[in-house]
Amino acid sequence: MLELLKNDVIYYVISAVLALLVMFGIFLMSKVDKARLGNGISAFSLLLAVIITLLRHEILGIWFLYIFLFVGAVIGIFMAVKVKMIETPQMIALLNGLGGLASTIVGGFALFKIGAEDNLFSQITALIALLIGSITFVGSLIAALKLARKMTQKPINLPYHSPLLLTLLILMLALLVLIFIPSVKPLWIVIFGLLISALFGLVFTIKIGGADMPITISLLNSLSGVAGAITGLAINDILLVSIGGIVGASGLLLTQIMCKAMNRKLLDILLGKTSTKVVKQVSEEEHDESQTKSDPFAVLKAAKKVIIVPGYGMAIAQAQYQVKELADYLKTLGVNIKFAIHPVAGRMPGHMNVLLAEVDVDYDDLYEMDAINPEFKDSDVTIVVGANDVLNPAARNQPDTPLYGMPILNVDESKEVLIFNFDLKPGYSGVNNPLYSKTNVHLFLGNAKDTLQVFLNNLKK
Amino acid sequence: MEWILVAVFLVSTILGYILINNVPSLLHTPLMSGMNALSGITLIGALIATAISLKDAHGVLASILGGIAIIVATINVFGGFGVTDRMLKMFKKKG
Repeated sequence: MLELLKNDVIYYVISAVLALLVMFGIFLMSKVDKARLGNGISAFSLLLAVIITLLRHEILGIWFLYIFLFVGAVIGIFMAVKVKMIETPQMIALLNGLGGLASTIVGGFALFKIGAEDNLFSQITALIALLIGSITFVGSLIAALKLARKMTQKPINLPYHSPLLLTLLILMLALLVLIFIPSVKPLWIVIFGLLISALFGLVFTIKIGGADMPITISLLNSLSGVAGAITGLAINDILLVSIGGIVGASGLLLTQIMCKAMNRKLLDILLGKTSTKVVKQVSEEEHDESQTKSDPFAVLKAAKKVIIVPGYGMAIAQAQYQVKELADYLKTLGVNIKFAIHPVAGRMPGHMNVLLAEVDVDYDDLYEMDAINPEFKDSDVTIVVGANDVLNPAARNQPDTPLYGMPILNVDESKEVLIFNFDLKPGYSGVNNPLYSKTNVHLFLGNAKDTLQVFLNNLKK
Repeated sequence: MEWILVAVFLVSTILGYILINNVPSLLHTPLMSGMNALSGITLIGALIATAISLKDAHGVLASILGGIAIIVATINVFGGFGVTDRMLKMFKKKG
């Protein structure tokens, strides 16, 4: 048995089977009723991978390793069980960073020729793994801090930000060239590599603002996979290469989907061009609170079709419970309720879906942007909870704003609109929302949890 | 040998790309978090490197660093799959 595992060809076959198993798991994750099984299959493949590694390298008997495995497992399980659903974005970012840290360390080992062969290919890939791993680690930590709101959501701009990033990038490339010179000690390469890449991760991520987080977090996710795969190249392990590659690709694709949904170019984000230009504030029009507005309670009670649009504001106010209560109450009145989910609503891909699932909203009621957009014009009322940029009509008709070109939800086509936002300030994009001053729009300003609750109480009277 | 590895990297990247394309945005968060757990596969690298550094007696520092790598990668794996499972449990269909 052991001899078999040591045979390279057989190990390749086993790796291929495990990679296929992982892919099957991912395939199942595309269907909501099979997704849990898919996740389980992926986890199982990873367990098999660990066991096979222990056997193949004859390290099954080193009890020392199990202590660390045990400690990691306990902490990991504890985190998974204890984390509140609202904290998942920062938890995912943090975990992602830990994966990057592990790749960094293994890359560092390989640079000292521990676990890796002494050839140029191994050395170069080891350094790349170390660099990417450490960028992922530092970048993810900053992202986690921003997502946890322990750091400003606004982009932090250093003087000469873009040239600084470029310089760091060139320094990393220069370091790769140093590998070719045998007299350069690996210790120096490791030290400088860590310094430069950590700084790059820091400078790169502090510039990214809150609303670009869905893009950043999926990009970092991709990077941690790439770091793993390249570590596999360095230590000559085909299993690590294939599974790391799958993760890298998936993250990249998610990044692309997010970029498309925000009408942003990945390169612009990589180079640190943010979408937040300071736009000249259009002098705020006086809100016409005259009698022309209809009574929102009557309108809602008479409605046949209502669409609810949740946004990041719902997440920070934790208003999903009230949203669910409102939806349930309207359903008892015979109203048809649909939820419209913009792909970048929130701080990570699919953020709104998770929050609504948490309060038991049927996922059949959740609609993606393209599916729901034609329906706004037939809807009687649209209820917006903590969303702004994703429904700002300026994206359609104001070419001079940073929002222009971003696909939005056609909330403005709805007959009546109720907005439960914190204030009238522009969203992350800095663009004023012309919707706010329309006569068929009713504003309920303040913490969405409170405003919705008050509204609900009045509605039920 | 190196080229086989590079080829495997490219093929799995392309396959991964095709697979993910089918996942609806409804499941993007669990998908991302599941992928994140999978990136903890670097754990096997950490195990190999640490075991070798122990066998060849590369010193205490190497063992500690290796141990840290194993711990953080294991946290990544268990935390990632665990939280994904918790999330997916919530996606329910009624009636």
